[in-house]
Amino acid sequence: MSESMKYFREQRLPHIWCPGCGHGTVTGALVRAIARLNLDRSNVVVVSGIGCSSRAPGYLDFDTLHTTHGRALAFATGVKHSRPNLKVIVMTGDGDCTAIGGNHFIHAARRNIDITTIVMNNNIYGMTSGQFSPMTPKGMIGTTAPYGNSERSFDLANLAIAAGATYVARATAYHATLLEDLIEKALLNKGFSVVEAVTQCPTYLGRRNKLGTAVDMLNWFKESAVNIKAAKAMAPEKLEGKFMIGELYNKPDSEFTADYDQLVAQLQRKFDNFQGGVRECAQNSD
Amino acid sequence: MRTEFRLSGSGGQGLLLAGIVLAEGAILDNKNAVQTQSYGPEARGGASKAEVVISEDDIDYPKATDPDYLLALTTEAYTSYGKLMGKGLIIVDASVEPDPQIKARTVRIPILDTAATVIGKKVVANIVALGVLAGISGVVSQSKLETAVKNRVPQGTEDLNLSALRKGFELAAAAKATA
Amino acid sequence: MTNVKLMQGNEACTLGALTAGMDFYAGYPITPSTEVAEMCAVELPKTGGRFIQMEDEIGSIAAIIGAALTGRKAMTATSGPGFSLMQENIGYAALTEVPIVIINVQRVGPSTGMPTSPAQSDVMQARWGTHGDHPVVVLAPGNVKECFDLTIKAFNISEEYRVPVIVLTDEVIGHMREKVVLPDPASVKIVNRSKPETRTGYKPYEADPDGGVPLMASFGEGYRYHVTGLFHDETGFPSNKGENAAASIKRLMRKVEKAEPDIRDYFTENTDDCDVLVVAFGSSAMSSLSAVRQARAKGVKAGLFRPKTIWPFPETVLDELSKRVKRIIVAEMNMGQLVLEIQRIVACRAPVESLTKVNGELFRPEEVLEAIMGGKR
Repeated sequence: MSESMKYFREQRLPHIWCPGCGHGTVTGALVRAIARLNLDRSNVVVVSGIGCSSRAPGYLDFDTLHTTHGRALAFATGVKHSRPNLKVIVMTGDGDCTAIGGNHFIHAARRNIDITTIVMNNNIYGMTSGQFSPMTPKGMIGTTAPYGNSERSFDLANLAIAAGATYVARATAYHATLLEDLIEKALLNKGFSVVEAVTQCPTYLGRRNKLGTAVDMLNWFKESAVNIKAAKAMAPEKLEGKFMIGELYNKPDSEFTADYDQLVAQLQRKFDNFQGGVRECAQNSD
Repeated sequence: MRTEFRLSGSGGQGLLLAGIVLAEGAILDNKNAVQTQSYGPEARGGASKAEVVISEDDIDYPKATDPDYLLALTTEAYTSYGKLMGKGLIIVDASVEPDPQIKARTVRIPILDTAATVIGKKVVANIVALGVLAGISGVVSQSKLETAVKNRVPQGTEDLNLSALRKGFELAAAAKATA
Repeated sequence: MTNVKLMQGNEACTLGALTAGMDFYAGYPITPSTEVAEMCAVELPKTGGRFIQMEDEIGSIAAIIGAALTGRKAMTATSGPGFSLMQENIGYAALTEVPIVIINVQRVGPSTGMPTSPAQSDVMQARWGTHGDHPVVVLAPGNVKECFDLTIKAFNISEEYRVPVIVLTDEVIGHMREKVVLPDPASVKIVNRSKPETRTGYKPYEADPDGGVPLMASFGEGYRYHVTGLFHDETGFPSNKGENAAASIKRLMRKVEKAEPDIRDYFTENTDDCDVLVVAFGSSAMSSLSAVRQARAKGVKAGLFRPKTIWPFPETVLDELSKRVKRIIVAEMNMGQLVLEIQRIVACRAPVESLTKVNGELFRPEEVLEAIMGGKR
């Protein structure tokens, strides 16, 4: 634990999350994965958007950027494209990432830009007290779905894979050690990595939907999650009502900023007689 | 003295490039020049126009107000912009039929035909037209225009375009001689 | 002769940016600004700069803020619809004090409007587009050469005062080509942000409450500081204290207010003895200048005041002028936006008339002349 504590801004603790919230567990898993890799604190930038999840970077001792709602990945793209040597991590929530930030999410995946995205999926807008999100299961209650959510929800992992992410995994706040392992592998992938961390919001999702205490919700994760490796050996009827955890996709591919670096190197060889100053501008099209 | 040019035709004829070359030639001649154009779907076909204002003095207003020269390569351009002409001269392609409603002084010159048959490339009609315009107006010297053409046309087409320009100047000289 | 060029306004903005040290561009294509993006895509990678075409304008401005935080000089370019999408993050840059430059090549709106026709109807959006009280600097070039000069100035102001700077041009200036005499790059004044010298005790938002500008560390340099769009204290961490928020807003506003005499920029012609003063900026000022000269030729004492900084407006200069003139005409390609600021400044010392045009065409000089001669609207 002491190894990972150095990555926290201890003076910023305690955190603002509700009792029983799973976000601390996810943040802990991220920090332990970072500690395992012994990443240099000064070489990591953590970016977030708006919502409960997005308060996490404030507690972490890196350069941290708390941005506007949904835009974390766009800001992070600017950081990473500017300084590809920096390790860029995005901490986001289900609403931040899949509703208002959905476009940035699919395009970051399409580019395969080297950003590790941790989506803290608590299936609800917690900060604003419990409106349904694109990840709220159909039928569940939210303040804006008082008769039960009538919308279908995203399968975030499949969305990420289809959009081009090269590492996609899922775990829950119950499966904290698995989560840590998966985040570590995500951090090692040179490309766009997504780890969906299913976490409990006992205050808003749990209470309204009579899901019990935080412990009850964690037990529900334990019973409903099936590791993808185990699932392969299971009969389809046994998998009904379950969701997959583990490494769902891992297929490295060429990375955006590295490709751009190559382009720069190529062009600089071509223009290597350039002595600085303002270069003659290319003729513009009309 | 302020001289205003309006170059009109259909989108794709390269009149914008001709306007740019004219303005650049003027600058190489140590004059001031401003070039503007109509933008929009017409640049992909349909009526198109570019304007060039050349002056020894400071140019305040960048657009043509009462053009000294209108170049019209199509009937549509001739009829729509010809009617707006006051003091200036219309240079129209010989293929366009005269319109009795258009009262401004007009010279008809076989620009498109010269490009197609004499030079052998329809696409250089814009540069032939440029030579005609410059030759008749006398506002920009041939040598500076040749430099501007070399600066602005696609690599590998310099000689083709230079011969088109020269042919334009010849057409202008012939037109002046018969006028 | 080699530094005399026939150049487009959009090209001159881009070249100005490159001269100022711009090394990061993110943008989304939109008429009539697209040439800026195209030229950045060509030029930036040649010198190790970074170009990215983002998925929309919200992403574009987010990316340049992220880039600027790592020490880059970052820019985006857009037009009305895209500028509207950028507004929330302009406020973010204002509050977090991240230097960025936005080129807005105005076109006719609202909505998709007339994409290829000029307008000047983003005057108020440029000033007040984002929510909340915030500082912003808006520069308006009046010709192609000024596109070059004022884009450099935009970077210098953004770096010195840590404020988003908007270069407000329009379709006419953006697309027209004009003779430009470029200065020797070595002679151009370039300002870079002030950075802290030591990590010890660095407080990212520590500054004189009276409009001070905090020192800006770059991400990746070991400062490990926090940036948030929440109100924050000098440590950069969120603070919900009302008195802290009030002090922050006041410092941010005061920052630009104090800078006004230094960044103030304008052009005048024949204003020393004029009876009729035309106030116009950008391409409207080209028509207005022609009209003023024609009026003089007819014996009418007309003059032109053309602000290059429109926010903050060169208030004291116009204030002085207004005491000496009989009439003021504000010519702008909108339904009357800048005129509101002029009326505020002039405060009834002289009658202020609004001359507007919203058909997507530049004023013809005779339209402005008619207003000068007859006072007709």
